[in-house]
Amino acid sequence: MEIVSASGLVKEYNSFRAVNGIDFNIMRGECFGFLGPNGAGKTSVMRMIYCLMPPTSGRLHVFGMDVRTHPAEIKARIGVMPQENNLDPDLSVLENLIVYARYFGIRKREAIKRAEKLLHLVGLHDRINTDVERLSGGMKRRLVLARALLNEPELLILDEPTTGLDPLSRRQVWDMVKAEQKKGRTLILTTHYMEEAQRLCNRVAIMDSGNIVATGSPEELMERFGGNLEDVYLKLTGKRLNTETGEAYGQS
Amino acid sequence: MVNLKRAMSVWRRNLTVYKRLYKSSMVLNFVEPVLYLLAFGIGLSTYLKEINGIPYIKFIAPGIVASSSAFAATYECTYGTYVRMHYQKTFDAILSTPVGINDLVLGEILWGATKGLIYGIIILFVTGISGLLNSWMVILSIPFIFISGIVFAELSIITAATVPGIDSFNYFYTLFMTPLFLFGGIFFPLDNLPSLITTLAFFNPIYHSVEIVRSLAWGDLKGSIPHMIWITAVCIALSILPFRLMYKRLIK
Repeated sequence: MEIVSASGLVKEYNSFRAVNGIDFNIMRGECFGFLGPNGAGKTSVMRMIYCLMPPTSGRLHVFGMDVRTHPAEIKARIGVMPQENNLDPDLSVLENLIVYARYFGIRKREAIKRAEKLLHLVGLHDRINTDVERLSGGMKRRLVLARALLNEPELLILDEPTTGLDPLSRRQVWDMVKAEQKKGRTLILTTHYMEEAQRLCNRVAIMDSGNIVATGSPEELMERFGGNLEDVYLKLTGKRLNTETGEAYGQS
Repeated sequence: MVNLKRAMSVWRRNLTVYKRLYKSSMVLNFVEPVLYLLAFGIGLSTYLKEINGIPYIKFIAPGIVASSSAFAATYECTYGTYVRMHYQKTFDAILSTPVGINDLVLGEILWGATKGLIYGIIILFVTGISGLLNSWMVILSIPFIFISGIVFAELSIITAATVPGIDSFNYFYTLFMTPLFLFGGIFFPLDNLPSLITTLAFFNPIYHSVEIVRSLAWGDLKGSIPHMIWITAVCIALSILPFRLMYKRLIK
């Protein structure tokens, strides 16, 4: 069954086309990755899926509902781990979760119950009253993941979940994400790390300049284009990059 | 469309943060109004005994109540809102939950007005027990202190949604709030001034909220009614624009 389906999806900012009429389907229980260079349109696609901004044109359905007409209903069933840690810096670990749960209409007692369970899961239960500002980068990331799970989402959106983390923290996040997929959640992921995509994703879409240039499982893509996933990625998105650097060298 | 329960979850988020921080900021917020009362009420009244037959310090006390409340709401929804929106990315976090942009803006406005109400009531209490307010009828001004707080929250959100950066608030305070404050009838009556100033005063929300508190402080209910009507009408007139502009800033 399709959790997300898009056809002819377009996003324009003023006259700039960030997403250029793309089609994709994401199935229940899979981990689907969007890969591509900065500015390829990945984050725009994500933000449209979790109803932060409406599409300029085209069709986008999540859980069978139109993102334009049912944003609150859709968002109630999604968990989001955004690119930037937008935790409340003035609040403690537990307060962050209670405040966030309230946005979903989850009452305090229930919120505390869920929060304690999730903090155990992400290994932050001994930090429950710590101010968020005093957490390390990896801990903040895990807290954001716990926050994304508060509403027991069917769909989990991970926008560059491990950017800026040290190798150990990265592996911890990967293990947690994998465990969530095993529980039957659908995952959507963006990343710059091919290793991350290869480890976590069942299928990936490679984006460049607002278009999807290839879709398939990492294995299929490697077979079709040759080399490892990074070679595939560079082959499909790197041409423009090479000429740009070439020009830059030429000019200097 | 607005969902009041979701708007209140935003309001409660701000209350949660405030409850953690007020101890350090609360006292500071009362230094300024008390300084005005001391400097003008005691300093200036050595030379200026009475205005319209009223001891000078009693003339300005209701004005300090109204203006402190207005400024509390304004600070909250200019700097406070901007920091939450731009620096802490709190709005991004909130908008990835079922809370929509209209719920968020309403929560912010109600919170700004609540802060205005808190400061208004405390200064009302302080000036009251100091014997600076003559009539118990002044208690009737409390709902209008809240409504005037909404007016300033609305004006502030409109500004926060349109400024290019946080430094631009300097223009708003210097060119808008300070003239409203100085020509709001707090320190001197406006009736006998050149007609341009009295005409402009009609458009000054501080002037009307000062007149509401002052009339009621002298037991003059009838004199306060036109100003109550004015402030309520403006509160309603300004109720669409903050939502439109925040939508434009955050969603489009």
